Amino acid sequence: MLNKYEAVIGLEVHAQLLTNSKLFCGCSAKFGNEPNTNICPICLGHPGVLPVLNKKAVEFTALMGLATNCKINQKSIFARKNYFYPDLPKGFQTSQYDKPLCEDGFLEVKTKDGLTKKINIKRIHLEEDAGKSIHDQAYETLVDVNRCSVPLMEIVTDPDINSSEEAYLYLTKIKQIVQYLDICDGNMEEGSLRCDANVSVRLIGEKTLGTKTEVKNMNSFRNVEKAINKEIERQIEIIEDGGKIIQQTLLWNDNDNNVSPMRSKEEAHDYRYFPEPDLMPVVIDEKWQTRLLSILPELPEKKIERFVTQYQLPLYDSEILTQDKSIAEYFENVTSICDDYKSASNWIMTSVLGYLNEKKINIKQFPISSENFGKMLNLIKSGIISSKIAKEIFSEMLENNSDPEIIIKEKNLVQISDTDEIKKIIEFILDTNKSELEDYLNGKEKIFGSFVGKIMKESKGKANPKIVNELLKSILESMKN
Amino acid sequence: MSVTINDVKHISELAKLKFSDVELNEFTNQLNEILGYVEKLNELDTSNVEPLSYPVEMTNVFREDEATPSTPREIALLNSEDADEKYFRVPKVINQD
Repeated sequence: MLNKYEAVIGLEVHAQLLTNSKLFCGCSAKFGNEPNTNICPICLGHPGVLPVLNKKAVEFTALMGLATNCKINQKSIFARKNYFYPDLPKGFQTSQYDKPLCEDGFLEVKTKDGLTKKINIKRIHLEEDAGKSIHDQAYETLVDVNRCSVPLMEIVTDPDINSSEEAYLYLTKIKQIVQYLDICDGNMEEGSLRCDANVSVRLIGEKTLGTKTEVKNMNSFRNVEKAINKEIERQIEIIEDGGKIIQQTLLWNDNDNNVSPMRSKEEAHDYRYFPEPDLMPVVIDEKWQTRLLSILPELPEKKIERFVTQYQLPLYDSEILTQDKSIAEYFENVTSICDDYKSASNWIMTSVLGYLNEKKINIKQFPISSENFGKMLNLIKSGIISSKIAKEIFSEMLENNSDPEIIIKEKNLVQISDTDEIKKIIEFILDTNKSELEDYLNGKEKIFGSFVGKIMKESKGKANPKIVNELLKSILESMKN
Repeated sequence: MSVTINDVKHISELAKLKFSDVELNEFTNQLNEILGYVEKLNELDTSNVEPLSYPVEMTNVFREDEATPSTPREIALLNSEDADEKYFRVPKVINQD
Protein backbone atom coordinates (compact mmCIF):
# COMPACT_ATOMS: atom_id res chain seq x y z
CA MET A 1 0.00 0.00 0.00
CA LEU A 2 1.23 3.50 -0.78
CA ASN A 3 2.22 5.07 2.52
CA LYS A 4 0.13 8.17 2.07
CA TYR A 5 -3.12 6.16 2.12
CA GLU A 6 -4.92 4.46 4.95
CA ALA A 7 -7.59 1.83 4.64
CA VAL A 8 -10.84 2.03 6.59
CA ILE A 9 -12.60 -1.28 7.02
CA GLY A 10 -15.77 -2.40 8.72
CA LEU A 11 -16.74 -6.05 8.95
CA GLU A 12 -20.12 -7.71 8.98
CA VAL A 13 -19.94 -11.24 10.24
CA HIS A 14 -22.85 -13.64 9.93
CA ALA A 15 -22.75 -16.64 12.23
CA GLN A 16 -25.17 -19.51 11.83
CA LEU A 17 -26.38 -20.44 15.27
CA LEU A 18 -26.21 -24.04 16.46
CA THR A 19 -29.85 -24.46 17.28
CA ASN A 20 -31.78 -27.63 16.55
CA SER A 21 -34.67 -25.85 14.89
CA LYS A 22 -35.11 -22.77 12.73
CA LEU A 23 -35.68 -19.26 14.02
CA PHE A 24 -39.46 -19.09 13.60
CA CYS A 25 -40.64 -22.66 13.02
CA GLY A 26 -39.84 -26.18 14.15
CA CYS A 27 -38.09 -27.27 10.94
CA SER A 28 -34.66 -28.75 11.49
CA ALA A 29 -31.81 -26.26 11.16
CA LYS A 30 -29.38 -28.99 10.18
CA PHE A 31 -26.92 -28.34 7.38
CA GLY A 32 -26.52 -30.72 4.48
CA ASN A 33 -29.89 -32.44 4.35
CA GLU A 34 -31.56 -33.34 1.05
CA PRO A 35 -32.78 -30.14 -0.67
CA ASN A 36 -36.19 -28.85 0.41
CA THR A 37 -36.78 -31.44 3.09
CA ASN A 38 -36.55 -29.05 6.08
CA ILE A 39 -39.37 -26.75 5.03
CA CYS A 40 -42.90 -25.96 6.12
CA PRO A 41 -45.56 -23.33 5.40
CA ILE A 42 -43.91 -20.90 7.85
CA CYS A 43 -40.41 -20.84 6.33
CA LEU A 44 -41.96 -21.03 2.88
CA GLY A 45 -43.82 -17.82 3.66
CA HIS A 46 -47.28 -19.12 2.90
CA PRO A 47 -50.08 -16.61 3.49
CA GLY A 48 -51.50 -16.46 6.98
CA VAL A 49 -48.74 -18.30 8.82
CA LEU A 50 -47.32 -16.90 12.05
CA PRO A 51 -43.72 -17.08 13.21
CA VAL A 52 -42.83 -17.97 16.81
CA LEU A 53 -39.37 -16.99 18.02
CA ASN A 54 -36.81 -19.61 19.03
CA LYS A 55 -35.76 -18.76 22.59
CA LYS A 56 -32.37 -20.43 22.32
CA ALA A 57 -31.40 -18.24 19.35
CA VAL A 58 -32.16 -15.16 21.45
CA GLU A 59 -30.03 -16.50 24.31
CA PHE A 60 -27.14 -17.39 22.01
CA THR A 61 -27.11 -13.87 20.58
CA ALA A 62 -27.28 -12.28 24.02
CA LEU A 63 -24.39 -14.52 25.16
CA MET A 64 -22.32 -13.31 22.23
CA GLY A 65 -23.14 -9.76 23.26
CA LEU A 66 -21.97 -10.40 26.81
CA ALA A 67 -18.80 -12.07 25.52
CA THR A 68 -17.97 -9.05 23.36
CA ASN A 69 -18.56 -6.34 25.99
CA CYS A 70 -21.88 -5.26 24.50
CA LYS A 71 -24.80 -3.68 26.21
CA ILE A 72 -27.82 -6.00 26.06
CA ASN A 73 -30.83 -3.95 25.11
CA GLN A 74 -33.59 -4.32 27.61
CA LYS A 75 -36.12 -4.26 24.84
CA SER A 76 -35.44 -5.26 21.29
CA ILE A 77 -37.72 -5.71 18.34
CA PHE A 78 -37.73 -7.46 14.99
CA ALA A 79 -38.20 -5.70 11.68
CA ARG A 80 -38.97 -6.63 8.12
CA LYS A 81 -36.30 -5.92 5.55
CA ASN A 82 -38.16 -5.90 2.27
CA TYR A 83 -36.67 -7.14 -0.97
CA PHE A 84 -37.44 -9.72 -3.58
CA TYR A 85 -35.12 -12.60 -4.17
CA PRO A 86 -36.21 -16.16 -4.87
CA ASP A 87 -34.29 -17.66 -1.95
CA LEU A 88 -36.41 -15.54 0.38
CA PRO A 89 -39.95 -16.73 -0.28
CA LYS A 90 -41.69 -14.24 2.03
CA GLY A 91 -40.43 -11.22 0.09
CA PHE A 92 -38.80 -9.87 3.24
CA GLN A 93 -36.14 -10.97 5.66
CA THR A 94 -37.07 -10.87 9.32
CA SER A 95 -34.19 -9.07 10.94
CA GLN A 96 -33.61 -6.35 13.51
CA TYR A 97 -33.18 -2.71 12.66
CA ASP A 98 -33.18 0.13 15.14
CA LYS A 99 -33.46 -2.02 18.26
CA PRO A 100 -31.04 -4.94 17.99
CA LEU A 101 -30.42 -7.35 20.87
CA CYS A 102 -26.92 -6.04 21.59
CA GLU A 103 -25.06 -2.77 20.99
CA ASP A 104 -21.81 -0.94 21.71
CA GLY A 105 -19.31 -3.68 22.40
CA PHE A 106 -15.66 -4.15 21.52
CA LEU A 107 -12.91 -6.67 21.07
CA GLU A 108 -9.18 -6.19 21.33
CA VAL A 109 -6.68 -7.81 19.01
CA LYS A 110 -2.91 -7.93 19.23
CA THR A 111 -1.09 -7.17 15.99
CA LYS A 112 2.26 -8.58 14.88
CA ASP A 113 4.12 -5.50 16.06
CA GLY A 114 2.74 -6.09 19.55
CA LEU A 115 0.18 -3.29 19.55
CA THR A 116 -3.26 -3.77 21.01
CA LYS A 117 -6.02 -2.57 18.75
CA LYS A 118 -9.53 -1.99 20.00
CA ILE A 119 -12.25 -2.72 17.48
CA ASN A 120 -15.68 -1.41 18.37
CA ILE A 121 -18.71 -3.56 17.77
CA LYS A 122 -21.63 -1.43 16.76
CA ARG A 123 -24.34 -4.02 17.08
CA ILE A 124 -25.20 -7.69 17.19
CA HIS A 125 -28.60 -8.69 15.97
CA LEU A 126 -30.59 -11.78 15.21
CA GLU A 127 -32.08 -12.50 11.80
CA GLU A 128 -33.04 -15.34 9.53
CA ASP A 129 -30.85 -16.83 6.82
CA ALA A 130 -31.99 -17.03 3.21
CA GLY A 131 -32.26 -20.20 1.16
CA LYS A 132 -29.76 -21.32 -1.42
CA SER A 133 -29.94 -20.55 -5.13
CA ILE A 134 -28.17 -22.73 -7.63
CA HIS A 135 -27.28 -20.67 -10.66
CA ASP A 136 -25.15 -22.89 -12.82
CA GLN A 137 -28.11 -24.37 -14.65
CA ALA A 138 -28.84 -23.85 -18.30
CA TYR A 139 -32.15 -21.95 -18.11
CA GLU A 140 -33.44 -21.59 -14.60
CA THR A 141 -32.24 -20.94 -11.11
CA LEU A 142 -32.97 -23.75 -8.67
CA VAL A 143 -33.89 -22.92 -5.11
CA ASP A 144 -33.34 -24.98 -1.96
CA VAL A 145 -35.25 -23.45 0.95
CA ASN A 146 -33.72 -25.66 3.69
CA ARG A 147 -31.44 -22.90 4.95
CA CYS A 148 -34.17 -20.29 4.85
CA SER A 149 -35.00 -19.10 8.40
CA VAL A 150 -32.04 -20.81 10.01
CA PRO A 151 -30.98 -18.41 12.79
CA LEU A 152 -28.17 -16.03 11.89
CA MET A 153 -26.41 -13.69 14.24
CA GLU A 154 -24.94 -10.63 12.56
CA ILE A 155 -22.03 -8.87 14.22
CA VAL A 156 -21.23 -5.43 12.81
CA THR A 157 -18.10 -3.44 13.63
CA ASP A 158 -17.56 0.27 13.37
CA PRO A 159 -15.17 1.27 10.57
CA ASP A 160 -12.28 0.86 13.02
CA ILE A 161 -10.15 -1.64 11.16
CA ASN A 162 -7.18 -0.27 9.23
CA SER A 163 -5.53 -3.34 7.73
CA SER A 164 -6.26 -6.80 6.47
CA GLU A 165 -4.16 -8.14 9.33
CA GLU A 166 -6.46 -6.52 11.90
CA ALA A 167 -9.47 -7.88 10.02
CA TYR A 168 -7.97 -11.35 10.10
CA LEU A 169 -7.19 -11.16 13.81
CA TYR A 170 -10.66 -9.83 14.61
CA LEU A 171 -12.31 -12.64 12.64
CA THR A 172 -10.14 -15.25 14.30
CA LYS A 173 -11.21 -13.90 17.66
CA ILE A 174 -14.89 -13.93 16.71
CA LYS A 175 -14.53 -17.53 15.59
CA GLN A 176 -12.77 -18.46 18.81
CA ILE A 177 -15.48 -16.84 20.93
CA VAL A 178 -18.42 -18.43 19.10
CA GLN A 179 -16.71 -21.78 19.47
CA TYR A 180 -16.06 -21.20 23.17
CA LEU A 181 -19.72 -20.30 23.61
CA ASP A 182 -20.69 -23.33 21.54
CA ILE A 183 -23.18 -21.24 19.56
CA CYS A 184 -21.72 -21.60 16.04
CA ASP A 185 -19.22 -24.03 14.61
CA GLY A 186 -17.23 -21.19 13.06
CA ASN A 187 -16.51 -22.90 9.77
CA MET A 188 -16.00 -20.36 6.97
CA GLU A 189 -15.37 -23.05 4.38
CA GLU A 190 -18.81 -24.54 5.01
CA GLY A 191 -20.43 -21.13 5.34
CA SER A 192 -21.50 -21.33 8.96
CA LEU A 193 -19.41 -18.20 9.47
CA ARG A 194 -19.47 -15.57 6.72
CA CYS A 195 -17.78 -12.25 6.44
CA ASP A 196 -18.47 -9.20 4.29
CA ALA A 197 -16.01 -6.35 4.32
CA ASN A 198 -16.79 -2.69 3.75
CA VAL A 199 -13.62 -1.17 2.41
CA SER A 200 -12.61 2.40 1.64
CA VAL A 201 -9.33 4.26 1.47
CA ARG A 202 -8.36 7.86 2.19
CA LEU A 203 -5.27 9.97 2.47
CA ILE A 204 -3.76 9.78 5.92
CA GLY A 205 -4.97 12.71 7.98
CA GLU A 206 -8.16 13.04 5.94
CA LYS A 207 -11.19 13.23 8.24
CA THR A 208 -14.02 12.23 5.91
CA LEU A 209 -14.42 8.65 4.77
CA GLY A 210 -13.82 7.65 1.18
CA THR A 211 -16.50 5.95 -0.90
CA LYS A 212 -16.79 2.35 0.26
CA THR A 213 -17.34 -0.88 -1.54
CA GLU A 214 -18.65 -4.09 -0.07
CA VAL A 215 -16.61 -7.22 -0.71
CA LYS A 216 -18.34 -10.56 -0.33
CA ASN A 217 -17.91 -14.23 -1.08
CA MET A 218 -14.74 -14.98 0.86
CA ASN A 219 -14.81 -18.56 2.06
CA SER A 220 -11.80 -18.65 4.35
CA PHE A 221 -10.01 -16.41 6.83
CA ARG A 222 -7.02 -16.09 4.52
CA ASN A 223 -9.28 -15.13 1.63
CA VAL A 224 -10.78 -12.32 3.67
CA GLU A 225 -7.27 -11.03 4.18
CA LYS A 226 -6.40 -11.41 0.51
CA ALA A 227 -9.66 -9.88 -0.74
CA ILE A 228 -9.25 -6.82 1.48
CA ASN A 229 -5.67 -6.32 0.29
CA LYS A 230 -6.75 -6.65 -3.31
CA GLU A 231 -9.59 -4.16 -2.85
CA ILE A 232 -7.37 -1.61 -1.09
CA GLU A 233 -4.89 -1.94 -3.93
CA ARG A 234 -7.62 -1.56 -6.56
CA GLN A 235 -9.07 1.55 -4.93
CA ILE A 236 -5.69 3.25 -4.52
CA GLU A 237 -4.88 2.54 -8.14
CA ILE A 238 -8.14 4.14 -9.31
CA ILE A 239 -7.59 7.21 -7.14
CA GLU A 240 -3.96 7.54 -8.23
CA ASP A 241 -5.13 7.43 -11.84
CA GLY A 242 -7.50 10.29 -11.08
CA GLY A 243 -10.62 8.13 -11.06
CA LYS A 244 -13.48 7.84 -8.61
CA ILE A 245 -14.56 4.86 -6.52
CA ILE A 246 -18.05 3.62 -7.35
CA GLN A 247 -20.06 2.38 -4.41
CA GLN A 248 -20.86 -1.21 -5.29
CA THR A 249 -20.83 -4.81 -4.16
CA LEU A 250 -17.85 -6.85 -5.29
CA LEU A 251 -17.44 -10.59 -5.24
CA TRP A 252 -14.14 -12.22 -4.37
CA ASN A 253 -13.12 -14.89 -6.81
CA ASP A 254 -11.02 -17.61 -5.32
CA ASN A 255 -9.74 -18.90 -8.66
CA ASP A 256 -8.10 -15.76 -9.96
CA ASN A 257 -7.58 -14.05 -6.58
CA ASN A 258 -9.47 -10.99 -7.68
CA VAL A 259 -12.63 -9.00 -7.02
CA SER A 260 -15.29 -8.23 -9.59
CA PRO A 261 -18.66 -6.44 -9.47
CA MET A 262 -21.62 -8.62 -8.57
CA ARG A 263 -23.84 -9.33 -11.52
CA SER A 264 -27.27 -9.59 -10.06
CA LYS A 265 -30.74 -8.45 -10.93
CA GLU A 266 -31.34 -7.39 -7.34
CA GLU A 267 -32.58 -3.81 -7.38
CA ALA A 268 -31.05 -0.82 -5.73
CA HIS A 269 -31.42 -1.17 -1.99
CA ASP A 270 -34.56 0.34 -0.59
CA TYR A 271 -35.42 -2.04 2.18
CA ARG A 272 -38.30 -0.09 3.77
CA TYR A 273 -37.69 -1.58 7.21
CA PHE A 274 -40.69 -1.59 9.51
CA PRO A 275 -41.45 -3.33 12.79
CA GLU A 276 -42.48 -6.96 12.32
CA PRO A 277 -46.09 -7.03 13.50
CA ASP A 278 -46.14 -10.81 13.98
CA LEU A 279 -43.36 -10.95 16.56
CA MET A 280 -43.67 -9.43 19.99
CA PRO A 281 -40.76 -7.43 21.45
CA VAL A 282 -38.06 -9.32 23.33
CA VAL A 283 -37.43 -8.08 26.84
CA ILE A 284 -34.26 -9.21 28.53
CA ASP A 285 -34.61 -8.05 32.11
CA GLU A 286 -31.92 -7.96 34.76
CA LYS A 287 -32.84 -11.39 36.08
CA TRP A 288 -32.46 -13.00 32.68
CA GLN A 289 -29.22 -11.18 32.07
CA THR A 290 -27.83 -12.33 35.41
CA ARG A 291 -28.70 -15.89 34.54
CA LEU A 292 -26.97 -15.55 31.16
CA LEU A 293 -23.89 -14.12 32.84
CA SER A 294 -23.85 -17.11 35.17
CA ILE A 295 -23.72 -19.56 32.26
CA LEU A 296 -21.13 -17.58 30.32
CA PRO A 297 -18.12 -19.92 30.06
CA GLU A 298 -14.53 -18.89 30.67
CA LEU A 299 -13.49 -16.94 27.57
CA PRO A 300 -10.16 -17.20 25.72
CA GLU A 301 -8.54 -14.12 27.31
CA LYS A 302 -9.36 -15.27 30.83
CA LYS A 303 -8.21 -18.80 30.06
CA ILE A 304 -4.88 -17.55 28.73
CA GLU A 305 -4.35 -15.57 31.92
CA ARG A 306 -5.25 -18.54 34.08
CA PHE A 307 -2.95 -20.90 32.17
CA VAL A 308 -0.07 -18.51 32.75
CA THR A 309 -0.68 -18.29 36.49
CA GLN A 310 -2.05 -21.72 37.31
CA TYR A 311 0.35 -23.78 35.18
CA GLN A 312 3.26 -21.32 35.04
CA LEU A 313 3.24 -21.56 31.26
CA PRO A 314 4.78 -18.95 28.98
CA LEU A 315 2.22 -16.62 27.36
CA TYR A 316 3.03 -18.17 23.99
CA ASP A 317 2.11 -21.67 25.19
CA SER A 318 -1.06 -20.44 26.83
CA GLU A 319 -2.17 -18.71 23.66
CA ILE A 320 -1.58 -21.79 21.52
CA LEU A 321 -3.26 -24.17 23.95
CA THR A 322 -6.36 -21.99 24.29
CA GLN A 323 -6.91 -21.32 20.59
CA ASP A 324 -9.34 -24.20 20.58
CA LYS A 325 -11.44 -24.79 23.68
CA SER A 326 -11.25 -28.56 23.27
CA ILE A 327 -7.47 -28.50 23.13
CA ALA A 328 -7.37 -26.44 26.31
CA GLU A 329 -9.68 -29.01 27.85
CA TYR A 330 -7.43 -31.87 26.71
CA PHE A 331 -4.41 -30.11 28.19
CA GLU A 332 -6.18 -29.67 31.51
CA ASN A 333 -7.27 -33.31 31.54
CA VAL A 334 -3.68 -34.36 30.92
CA THR A 335 -2.46 -32.15 33.76
CA SER A 336 -4.87 -33.87 36.12
CA ILE A 337 -2.79 -37.02 35.53
CA CYS A 338 0.69 -35.52 35.20
CA ASP A 339 1.73 -32.31 36.90
CA ASP A 340 4.72 -31.59 34.65
CA TYR A 341 2.76 -28.78 32.97
CA LYS A 342 5.50 -27.52 30.70
CA SER A 343 6.21 -31.00 29.41
CA ALA A 344 2.48 -31.53 28.76
CA SER A 345 2.36 -28.19 26.95
CA ASN A 346 5.43 -28.98 24.82
CA TRP A 347 4.13 -32.38 23.80
CA ILE A 348 0.68 -31.07 22.94
CA MET A 349 1.97 -28.07 20.99
CA THR A 350 4.37 -30.14 18.90
CA SER A 351 3.42 -33.80 18.67
CA VAL A 352 -0.33 -33.60 19.24
CA LEU A 353 -1.07 -30.46 17.20
CA GLY A 354 1.34 -31.70 14.53
CA TYR A 355 -0.61 -34.93 14.26
CA LEU A 356 -3.97 -33.12 14.16
CA ASN A 357 -2.73 -30.85 11.36
CA GLU A 358 -1.27 -33.70 9.40
CA LYS A 359 -4.44 -35.80 9.62
CA LYS A 360 -6.73 -32.75 9.38
CA ILE A 361 -8.73 -33.90 12.38
CA ASN A 362 -9.75 -32.18 15.60
CA ILE A 363 -8.75 -33.03 19.14
CA LYS A 364 -11.98 -34.91 19.75
CA GLN A 365 -10.92 -37.36 17.05
CA PHE A 366 -7.41 -37.68 18.49
CA PRO A 367 -6.77 -41.37 19.24
CA ILE A 368 -4.84 -41.03 22.51
CA SER A 369 -6.94 -40.47 25.61
CA SER A 370 -5.81 -37.69 27.95
CA GLU A 371 -5.38 -40.33 30.62
CA ASN A 372 -2.92 -42.46 28.65
CA PHE A 373 -1.16 -39.33 27.46
CA GLY A 374 -0.74 -38.15 31.04
CA LYS A 375 0.57 -41.58 32.05
CA MET A 376 3.19 -41.42 29.31
CA LEU A 377 4.33 -38.00 30.55
CA ASN A 378 4.59 -39.41 34.05
CA LEU A 379 6.84 -42.21 32.77
CA ILE A 380 9.15 -39.56 31.28
CA LYS A 381 9.01 -37.43 34.38
CA SER A 382 10.00 -40.27 36.70
CA GLY A 383 12.84 -41.30 34.38
CA ILE A 384 11.35 -44.68 33.52
CA ILE A 385 11.48 -43.89 29.81
CA SER A 386 13.60 -41.45 27.83
CA SER A 387 11.91 -38.89 25.63
CA LYS A 388 13.27 -40.79 22.66
CA ILE A 389 11.46 -43.95 23.78
CA ALA A 390 8.44 -41.80 24.55
CA LYS A 391 8.29 -40.84 20.87
CA GLU A 392 8.13 -44.54 19.99
CA ILE A 393 5.44 -45.14 22.55
CA PHE A 394 3.55 -42.11 21.28
CA SER A 395 3.44 -43.57 17.75
CA GLU A 396 2.29 -46.87 19.18
CA MET A 397 -0.44 -45.17 21.21
CA LEU A 398 -1.65 -43.36 18.10
CA GLU A 399 -2.42 -46.77 16.63
CA ASN A 400 -4.67 -48.05 19.37
CA ASN A 401 -4.65 -45.74 22.41
CA SER A 402 -2.93 -48.43 24.44
CA ASP A 403 -1.80 -47.92 28.00
CA PRO A 404 1.85 -46.75 27.90
CA GLU A 405 2.67 -48.70 31.05
CA ILE A 406 1.64 -51.91 29.31
CA ILE A 407 3.53 -50.99 26.12
CA ILE A 408 6.81 -50.49 27.94
CA LYS A 409 6.42 -53.80 29.80
CA GLU A 410 5.47 -55.74 26.69
CA LYS A 411 8.24 -54.23 24.59
CA ASN A 412 10.75 -54.04 27.39
CA LEU A 413 11.30 -50.33 26.83
CA VAL A 414 12.01 -49.31 30.39
CA GLN A 415 14.87 -46.86 30.52
CA ILE A 416 18.15 -48.24 31.83
CA SER A 417 19.21 -46.17 34.78
CA ASP A 418 21.30 -48.86 36.37
CA THR A 419 24.86 -47.48 36.29
CA ASP A 420 26.50 -50.91 36.20
CA GLU A 421 24.51 -51.88 33.16
CA ILE A 422 25.25 -48.60 31.41
CA LYS A 423 28.91 -48.88 32.33
CA LYS A 424 29.04 -52.24 30.55
CA ILE A 425 27.64 -50.72 27.39
CA ILE A 426 30.07 -47.79 27.55
CA GLU A 427 33.00 -50.13 27.94
CA PHE A 428 31.81 -52.23 25.06
CA ILE A 429 31.56 -49.20 22.77
CA LEU A 430 34.94 -47.84 23.79
CA ASP A 431 36.46 -51.30 23.25
CA THR A 432 35.03 -51.63 19.76
CA ASN A 433 36.00 -48.10 18.71
CA LYS A 434 39.62 -48.01 19.67
CA SER A 435 40.87 -45.57 17.05
CA GLU A 436 38.18 -42.97 17.91
CA LEU A 437 38.99 -43.44 21.56
CA GLU A 438 42.65 -42.72 20.81
CA ASP A 439 41.66 -39.59 18.83
CA TYR A 440 39.59 -38.43 21.74
CA LEU A 441 42.32 -38.97 24.25
CA ASN A 442 44.67 -37.07 21.93
CA GLY A 443 42.47 -34.04 22.28
CA LYS A 444 39.74 -34.46 19.63
CA GLU A 445 37.10 -33.97 22.31
CA LYS A 446 34.29 -33.01 20.03
CA ILE A 447 33.71 -36.67 19.14
CA PHE A 448 32.27 -37.13 22.63
CA GLY A 449 28.81 -36.85 21.14
CA SER A 450 29.41 -39.62 18.67
CA PHE A 451 30.23 -41.96 21.57
CA VAL A 452 27.00 -40.99 23.26
CA GLY A 453 25.13 -41.71 20.04
CA LYS A 454 26.69 -45.15 19.70
CA ILE A 455 25.96 -45.99 23.33
CA MET A 456 22.35 -44.92 23.00
CA LYS A 457 22.04 -46.97 19.85
CA GLU A 458 23.56 -50.01 21.50
CA SER A 459 21.06 -49.68 24.34
CA LYS A 460 18.27 -49.37 21.77
CA GLY A 461 17.59 -45.89 23.09
CA LYS A 462 16.85 -47.18 26.55
CA ALA A 463 19.91 -45.91 28.40
CA ASN A 464 19.22 -42.87 30.53
CA PRO A 465 21.00 -40.17 28.52
CA LYS A 466 21.88 -38.12 31.58
CA ILE A 467 23.61 -41.04 33.25
CA VAL A 468 25.32 -41.99 29.97
CA ASN A 469 26.76 -38.49 29.70
CA GLU A 470 27.98 -38.38 33.26
CA LEU A 471 29.44 -41.87 33.28
CA LEU A 472 31.12 -41.54 29.91
CA LYS A 473 32.70 -38.26 30.91
CA SER A 474 34.12 -39.70 34.12
CA ILE A 475 35.37 -42.87 32.41
CA LEU A 476 37.10 -40.85 29.66
CA GLU A 477 38.58 -38.47 32.22
CA SER A 478 39.98 -41.39 34.18
CA MET A 479 41.52 -42.76 30.96
CA LYS A 480 43.30 -39.48 30.27
CA ASN A 481 45.28 -39.79 33.46
CA MET B 1 -46.49 15.24 3.54
CA SER B 2 -47.53 14.18 0.08
CA VAL B 3 -46.40 11.83 -2.68
CA THR B 4 -45.78 12.48 -6.33
CA ILE B 5 -46.50 10.20 -9.22
CA ASN B 6 -42.79 9.30 -9.25
CA ASP B 7 -42.96 8.09 -5.67
CA VAL B 8 -45.87 5.87 -6.58
CA LYS B 9 -43.97 4.54 -9.60
CA HIS B 10 -40.99 3.76 -7.38
CA ILE B 11 -43.15 1.97 -4.82
CA SER B 12 -44.90 -0.05 -7.49
CA GLU B 13 -41.57 -1.09 -8.95
CA LEU B 14 -40.34 -2.19 -5.51
CA ALA B 15 -43.55 -4.18 -5.12
CA LYS B 16 -43.13 -5.63 -8.63
CA LEU B 17 -46.50 -4.19 -9.69
CA LYS B 18 -47.24 -2.61 -13.07
CA PHE B 19 -49.85 0.11 -13.44
CA SER B 20 -51.18 2.23 -16.30
CA ASP B 21 -50.74 6.01 -16.18
CA VAL B 22 -54.40 6.38 -15.31
CA GLU B 23 -53.99 4.04 -12.36
CA LEU B 24 -50.79 5.75 -11.24
CA ASN B 25 -52.59 9.11 -11.17
CA GLU B 26 -55.52 7.65 -9.33
CA PHE B 27 -53.30 5.98 -6.71
CA THR B 28 -51.29 9.15 -6.24
CA ASN B 29 -54.48 11.02 -5.43
CA GLN B 30 -55.77 8.28 -3.16
CA LEU B 31 -52.49 7.99 -1.30
CA ASN B 32 -52.35 11.74 -0.81
CA GLU B 33 -55.88 11.70 0.59
CA ILE B 34 -54.88 9.04 3.10
CA LEU B 35 -51.68 10.87 4.00
CA GLY B 36 -53.64 14.09 4.44
CA TYR B 37 -56.02 12.34 6.78
CA VAL B 38 -53.20 10.93 8.84
CA GLU B 39 -51.41 14.27 8.74
CA LYS B 40 -54.11 15.54 11.06
CA LEU B 41 -52.59 13.38 13.80
CA ASN B 42 -49.35 15.33 13.49
CA GLU B 43 -51.07 18.30 15.05
CA LEU B 44 -50.78 16.47 18.36
CA ASP B 45 -47.48 16.89 20.17
CA THR B 46 -46.14 13.36 20.67
CA SER B 47 -42.51 14.26 21.33
CA ASN B 48 -42.70 12.68 24.80
CA VAL B 49 -44.62 9.58 23.79
CA GLU B 50 -42.95 6.24 23.01
CA PRO B 51 -43.85 5.02 19.51
CA LEU B 52 -46.34 2.19 19.69
CA SER B 53 -45.59 -0.58 17.26
CA TYR B 54 -47.81 -3.19 18.81
CA PRO B 55 -51.41 -2.80 19.84
CA VAL B 56 -51.04 -5.50 22.51
CA GLU B 57 -48.54 -5.26 25.32
CA MET B 58 -47.17 -8.75 25.04
CA THR B 59 -43.48 -9.53 25.16
CA ASN B 60 -41.27 -12.63 25.04
CA VAL B 61 -43.42 -15.00 23.08
CA PHE B 62 -41.08 -17.91 22.50
CA ARG B 63 -40.92 -21.53 21.47
CA GLU B 64 -38.37 -23.95 22.86
CA ASP B 65 -35.68 -25.08 20.45
CA GLU B 66 -37.17 -28.37 19.38
CA ALA B 67 -37.12 -29.68 15.84
CA THR B 68 -40.48 -30.94 14.64
CA PRO B 69 -41.29 -32.78 11.41
CA SER B 70 -41.34 -30.71 8.23
CA THR B 71 -43.74 -30.84 5.32
CA PRO B 72 -43.01 -33.72 2.92
CA ARG B 73 -41.09 -32.35 -0.04
CA GLU B 74 -43.52 -33.45 -2.73
CA ILE B 75 -46.30 -31.58 -0.93
CA ALA B 76 -44.15 -28.51 -0.29
CA LEU B 77 -43.20 -28.30 -3.97
CA LEU B 78 -46.80 -28.79 -5.06
CA ASN B 79 -47.81 -25.14 -4.61
CA SER B 80 -44.93 -23.88 -6.67
CA GLU B 81 -45.37 -22.55 -10.15
CA ASP B 82 -42.42 -24.58 -11.34
CA ALA B 83 -40.34 -27.29 -9.69
CA ASP B 84 -38.43 -30.42 -10.46
CA GLU B 85 -38.46 -33.39 -8.08
CA LYS B 86 -36.08 -31.69 -5.64
CA TYR B 87 -35.98 -27.96 -6.22
CA PHE B 88 -38.16 -24.94 -6.78
CA ARG B 89 -37.45 -23.53 -10.22
CA VAL B 90 -37.41 -19.80 -10.84
CA PRO B 91 -36.33 -17.59 -13.74
CA LYS B 92 -32.60 -17.09 -13.92
CA VAL B 93 -31.41 -14.67 -11.26
CA ILE B 94 -27.83 -13.97 -12.19
CA ASN B 95 -26.83 -12.84 -15.67
CA GLN B 96 -24.02 -15.01 -16.80
CA ASP B 97 -21.48 -14.23 -19.46
